[in-house]
Amino acid sequence: MVDITSLEKKFQERIDSEIKIEPKDWMPDAYRKTLIRQISQHAHSEIVGMLPEGNWITRAPSLRRKVALLAKIQDEAGHGLYLYSACETLGVEREDLIDQLHSGKAKYSSIFNYPSTTWADIGAIGWLVDGAAIMNQVMLCRTSYGPYSRAMVRICKEESFHQRQGYEILLTLSRGSEEQKAMLQDAVNRWWWPSLMMFGPNDKDSTHSAQSMKWKIKRKSNDELRQQFVDITVGQAKVLGITLPDPDLKWNEERGHYDFGEIDWEEFWNVVKGNGPCNRERMAARKKAAAEGQWVKDAAIAYAEKQRKRKTETSRVA
Amino acid sequence: MNQTLLNYILQIADNSLILGSRISEWCGHGPVLEQDIALTNIALDLIGQARSLFQYAAEVEGQGRTEDDLAYLRIAREYRNVLLVEQPNGHFGTTIARQFLFDAYHYPFYKALMNSKDETLAAIAEKSLKEVTYHLRFSSEWMIRLGDGTDESHEKVQNALYDLWPYTSELFVPSETDNSALEMGIGVDLSEVKNFWNEKVDEILKIATLEKPQDGWMQSGGKQGKHSEHLGFILAEMQYLQRTYPGQEW
Repeated sequence: MVDITSLEKKFQERIDSEIKIEPKDWMPDAYRKTLIRQISQHAHSEIVGMLPEGNWITRAPSLRRKVALLAKIQDEAGHGLYLYSACETLGVEREDLIDQLHSGKAKYSSIFNYPSTTWADIGAIGWLVDGAAIMNQVMLCRTSYGPYSRAMVRICKEESFHQRQGYEILLTLSRGSEEQKAMLQDAVNRWWWPSLMMFGPNDKDSTHSAQSMKWKIKRKSNDELRQQFVDITVGQAKVLGITLPDPDLKWNEERGHYDFGEIDWEEFWNVVKGNGPCNRERMAARKKAAAEGQWVKDAAIAYAEKQRKRKTETSRVA
Repeated sequence: MNQTLLNYILQIADNSLILGSRISEWCGHGPVLEQDIALTNIALDLIGQARSLFQYAAEVEGQGRTEDDLAYLRIAREYRNVLLVEQPNGHFGTTIARQFLFDAYHYPFYKALMNSKDETLAAIAEKSLKEVTYHLRFSSEWMIRLGDGTDESHEKVQNALYDLWPYTSELFVPSETDNSALEMGIGVDLSEVKNFWNEKVDEILKIATLEKPQDGWMQSGGKQGKHSEHLGFILAEMQYLQRTYPGQEW
């Protein structure tokens, strides 16, 4: 009989000596479950994240911006695909994962439950939302599970391009008319706090963190990543000539970091629970696409089946 | 300035831009992720073609206008796209049928345009043909899958064909611009394009077990700037920021 404790010990040793875990390797059930939860949540976020930006495709203010936005959202669909594939290496089907999203059992990043109401939001999403995501994703390039790590390496390259693209939209607005500058400031006012919330609860309140760090799924804590994001972003905000909406934001010489105000955790948990401004719309849009796509999937399957039968019949005749 | 050349470029560009805009509405809402990505590719290709053409049109016009002025600051009456491309997306089957009917025209059109005496147009056609070859393959394959898939998919795509059929003959009725461009050796002979189209449509519909609709009353007017009600809404959305905040950089 295989001794589970010794398997677990060997597993942890591999992790500790930085050897990637691959799909066929033995892994603790809880490791597998944590990965499925996290990777699928990440995949769902890519797909739901297409919606707030997709909202501006038809209204993009120039053809160059329209093409860039389309390509960006298409990249996100591609990221969703890589991540669902990475998840499938753990023994789950994409269909089932999507069902979990639609039933509300699986979560996605809450940031996409906020509305994108002006063109500046497209820039702010690129700069702040993609910027915050990158902090997390760069860390995940070194995550212990091989397929996830490799998917993240690809994703990171594209994400940093998206972030620059978003920043460039804002930079253009910052050099524009008073109306454009006001549009820029307003978008940053609305997206700043939700972006900080993207890193999740404070470390002391984070349920999954300690074990994930031990397994090296995560390598930095929520609060460390959030601090890193704030430190990088403040300078970029100065170049844009905008004010970040936090009166407590200031450089702390002693810590060598920026101090910042307390996140409104009540808002955070409310949006997680489904009470954000767009939770219903986002889920409704995803479910509608799935429901309306069902007959298309059925047709493709029926056609493939007919083709298979025809082939068998032909080979029989021959 | 060569007015015929300018009008001809705009006519081609408008088709690509309006169809590309329609297809872009699918982004994020496709039936499955793979098809979402494929449709967005087509939208990107078409809008990319429109950009090359508008840039060239702006150069030919020589009035200092830009690609965006041409896309964002013309009213519906000035647009010269055919009515087919502005028809709504409907369901996936409607979108595929519209795409197929247009691709089966677009492919031989660009192929012929490669022989244009105008070198820039010929070069744009050559580049675009590569893209459109893929579009035609994609839409043909889906016509077949949907036509020969389930009863439901067959009925849906068959009805879409009936609905869109009245917009197909306009593709081949030459406008004044088409005629002048052909005479000057820069344009395409639409009767040759029509032969290819007929053969392709017959071939694919047969494999797809779909019925070719009867030619009845045919709609037209797009090439003369007389559009359906749909184009106004497409432009209202597209031009909203440029119209609300005139003269800004974005």
